[in-house]
Amino acid sequence: MLGLSENFPEYALPGGKQARFEPYADNGGSIVAIAGEDYAVIGADTRLSTGFSIYTREQKKLFQLSDRTVLGATGCWCDTLTLTRLLKARMQMYEHEHNKSMTTPAVAQMLSTMLYYKRFFPYYVSNVLAGLDGDGKGCVYSYDPIGHCERSNYRAGGSAGAQLQPLLDNQIGLKNMQNVTEAPLPREKALALLKDVFISAAERDIYTGDSIYILIITANGIQEEKFELRKD
Amino acid sequence: MAFMGDFMSPAPFWHNGPSPGAFYNFPANPSSFGSVNHSVQEFKAHSAAPITTTTTVIGVKFDKGCVIAADTLGSYGSLARFRDCSRVLKVNDLILLGSGGDYADYQYLKDIIEQKIIDEQCVGDGLQLKPRSLYCWLTRVLYNKRSKMDPLWNNYIVAGIQDGEPFLGAVDKLGTAYEDAAIATGLGAYMATPLIRDAIDNGPLNEESAKALVRKCMEVLYYRDARAFARYQLGVVTASKVVVEEPTEIKHDWSLAHMVHMK
Repeated sequence: MLGLSENFPEYALPGGKQARFEPYADNGGSIVAIAGEDYAVIGADTRLSTGFSIYTREQKKLFQLSDRTVLGATGCWCDTLTLTRLLKARMQMYEHEHNKSMTTPAVAQMLSTMLYYKRFFPYYVSNVLAGLDGDGKGCVYSYDPIGHCERSNYRAGGSAGAQLQPLLDNQIGLKNMQNVTEAPLPREKALALLKDVFISAAERDIYTGDSIYILIITANGIQEEKFELRKD
Repeated sequence: MAFMGDFMSPAPFWHNGPSPGAFYNFPANPSSFGSVNHSVQEFKAHSAAPITTTTTVIGVKFDKGCVIAADTLGSYGSLARFRDCSRVLKVNDLILLGSGGDYADYQYLKDIIEQKIIDEQCVGDGLQLKPRSLYCWLTRVLYNKRSKMDPLWNNYIVAGIQDGEPFLGAVDKLGTAYEDAAIATGLGAYMATPLIRDAIDNGPLNEESAKALVRKCMEVLYYRDARAFARYQLGVVTASKVVVEEPTEIKHDWSLAHMVHMK
C-alpha cells in the first residue's frame, strides 16, 4: 500500500505506525501446580478470552500427557494447541521406540528443547508441568516461553502468575515467617490452598475466572475435580 | 555497519536528505518516486490487511443440532460494496461452515474444502468428513499461514454432527480454536453472545427457539453494527440433514430512531 511516509517522508509523523499483522494473541488463563511427597496437584482456570471478551467459559487448559504427567499451558492459545499436539505426537513416538512411557523429568527436558527450537519465533505459552518423577515423588517444572526450565515444589503461571506466586511462597514455602517448622504438605491442604489461591486471582485478574479444572496425580492414577469461580 | 547502508545504495547524508550521488527527494514530486527512495522491500510482500470484508457470524447449538447465521454484505472499508456474498456453506451431510472477515480468503479456502469433499466422494467408501476433523484441519491451515506472517484473514465457525452429537467450534485467523454452545465473531462477540448465553442459561434450546434467537441477534446486529446488512442467510444442521436457507430480509423499522439522541 502506498503509505504517506514512503512518498512524502517529510510529512511522516515520527511516532506514526501502520497497524501490522500481529501473530500473537493473549488469551489469558492461570495455572497453579503443587507437588507433595507422593502426589502432585495442578489446576487451571477454564476461561479463554481476548481483551474484554470471553471466547468460552469452559476451556480445559490441562493436558494429560501420560498416567503420571500433566501439562498446564496458557498464553497464546493457538501456540498452546500447536505445542501440545506436537508434544503428544513426540511422546507417542518415544513410546513406540522404547516400549515404555516417558518419565516426567524426561518430558520436562523435551519440552524445554521444543520451546528453545522456536527461540526466534517463540511459542508464546506459559507452561507448568506437574507429575511424579522416577522415584514416585511429586514434581513441578515451570518454563518461560523460550525454554528456560526449573524444577520446584510449587509454581503459579499464566496471567495471574505474578499475583499468586508470592501467596504460594508464603503459604507453602513459609517465606517471611518466624517460628515456623517445615512439614510435608498434606494433599488435602494443597488442594484447599489451590482453590483459595484461584479465588483470589479471580477477584483481581479479568483473565482468570469461571471455574478451575484440577487434576490430582498419584501413583494410583489421575483424579479430576472441578471448582466454580466467579463468572464476571 | 548496517547504518551506512548498502554499497550500491548508500545511506542519506542526513535524515530524509539525499544519498551520495542521488537527488534530494522533493516533497510531492512524482519524479523522485524512484526505487532509490523506497525503503528496502522485503523479498516477499504479504497481505497484511483484509480488503473486502464481511462482519459477524453467529453459531448456536441446540438439543439436536446447530444453527449458523451470517448476512450477505461484502464491505469495502466503510463502503457497502457487494450485496450478495453468501458465506454459510454446506460442506457435506454432516458439516455447515460459516465465515467472517476477508471474503477473498474465504473463497480461496472454500474452493480447497469443496475439492477435498469431491476427492473424498471419488474414493467411494461411503465415509464422510466429520466436523471435528474439518475444525482441526482449519486450525492447522490457519496456524501455518499465520506462522508465515501471511494470514487468511477469517473467522470460521464449524457446525455439525459428530457421532450423533451436535458440534460447534470456532477458528480465527491465528488458528485460535475453541468449542462452545454459543459463538459469535466480530462485533457479534459483544452484542450477540450475551443474548445467546442468556437464552442458554434459561433452559435448553430446540430447533425453533434456536432459530428465533439467532434471528433476533441478526436484527440487533443490523441496528447497531454499521457493517451489517438486512439480508442474511441461516443454516441448520441436524442428524437428518444440512439446510442453508435462501437469504431473508430483516423487516427493519427506524420509526423509533428520532428518540435516540447522542450527546
